[in-house]
Amino acid sequence: MRYEAPATAKEAVALLAKEKGTAYVLAGGTDLLVKMKAGMVEPDLVVDIKRIKAMREIKKTATGFSIGGAVPCAALTENAALVKAWPGVVEAANLIGSKQVQGRCTMSGNLCNASPAADSVPALVAAGAKVAITGPKGSRKLAVEDVPAGVGRTNLKKGEIVTSIELPKKLAKSGDAYLRFIPRTEMDIAVVSCAVNLTIDGKGVITKARVALGAVAVTVLLVKDAAKAIIGTKLDDAAKAKLTAACSAACKPIDDKRGTIEFRTDVAGVLARRAAETAYARAGGK
Amino acid sequence: MSVHVKTTINGDQVEFVCGADEPLLDVLRNRLGLTGAKEGCGTGDCGACSVILDGRLVCSCLVLGAEMDGRSVETIEGMADGAKLHPLQQQFIDNAALQCGVCTPGFLMAAQALLRKNPDPTEEDIRFGLAGNLCRCTGYDKIVRAVQAAAKEMRG
Repeated sequence: MRYEAPATAKEAVALLAKEKGTAYVLAGGTDLLVKMKAGMVEPDLVVDIKRIKAMREIKKTATGFSIGGAVPCAALTENAALVKAWPGVVEAANLIGSKQVQGRCTMSGNLCNASPAADSVPALVAAGAKVAITGPKGSRKLAVEDVPAGVGRTNLKKGEIVTSIELPKKLAKSGDAYLRFIPRTEMDIAVVSCAVNLTIDGKGVITKARVALGAVAVTVLLVKDAAKAIIGTKLDDAAKAKLTAACSAACKPIDDKRGTIEFRTDVAGVLARRAAETAYARAGGK
Repeated sequence: MSVHVKTTINGDQVEFVCGADEPLLDVLRNRLGLTGAKEGCGTGDCGACSVILDGRLVCSCLVLGAEMDGRSVETIEGMADGAKLHPLQQQFIDNAALQCGVCTPGFLMAAQALLRKNPDPTEEDIRFGLAGNLCRCTGYDKIVRAVQAAAKEMRG
């Protein structure tokens, strides 16, 4: 295995694109090094992106926030403006693993690892985040929900890297929240998860909403029917019942030792209701 | 492929050559003789290999030695001031917060990182802050008490 730590995204892309063997991007390494240890992957080349200065920064931009692809999740909690604007995203990213893991892991890595149970991904999808991608044929953007192609597979092409995650500007009277179910209180992988991001008007009526579910299908799901169920309401009991039903209806989960199909389908609705209540309160609704 | 690395460990300049895929934990233990960090799981679940890298708590089994060029690492070996133990170390002894001791260096590094960020943590803060460290002997109660006592002592 060769280890390279280029100083620019362009060099990183060139290294990845010309490699004839198996090449992997190393961001936080909390998935890659575990897979290497287990013998699941045997890279010929590892390209460490943490020496690329621009990818280590969180920037406030004209359109919101740009979070570099190599920013560890722990750093998100230290950016007061980001925490204020997107508390659900920051909380989700800091449910990944332990403090030790959060000191290394990145949201871009969480996304590109393409686990349906990735904690930060539903929150990013609900937030309407996009990723900036650089590759051998130039740069492009993708909505976060369009990055995973299946379990462990993404729509990135050979040589492409996620250089940053672009969060939109937080709208006035809006709030986001992320909840997951795990059988313990910490250090576990979501059995089911849900993120809600919504905006209300002066009367407390929801005008915009995005709802995303994790760990109930091969990829994180953006559930448009769930958003429709609460738009135009003040999140009253009838709206919450419709939201719950829409989320449960969208689930196509697996049955395993961590949760049955029935359990995951039911809990998805419960988490959606609770996350919507938190998001609504954060938006200033009563 | 071998990589030549110049780094700082516990304030000292260190140079080493390691394999491109060699974890920092193996570099510390096998090349530099710093055997305080332990390999429990090797997959970032147990925290026994915890070190502080550029101010952040990490599992050294999930860091490559090759990444260390120009970085700064703190390990358990740098915690005491010569013969004088750090308050966390002394309180772990005084509170009997260890039995076999394999997890202890990791717990101490995690507690150190926690108290730097939060000098007056609640019991819940401590339990969350140490959730990435597993102990299979004592249970966690005495460890939490030791961290509380050290935090109090360090606040003065």
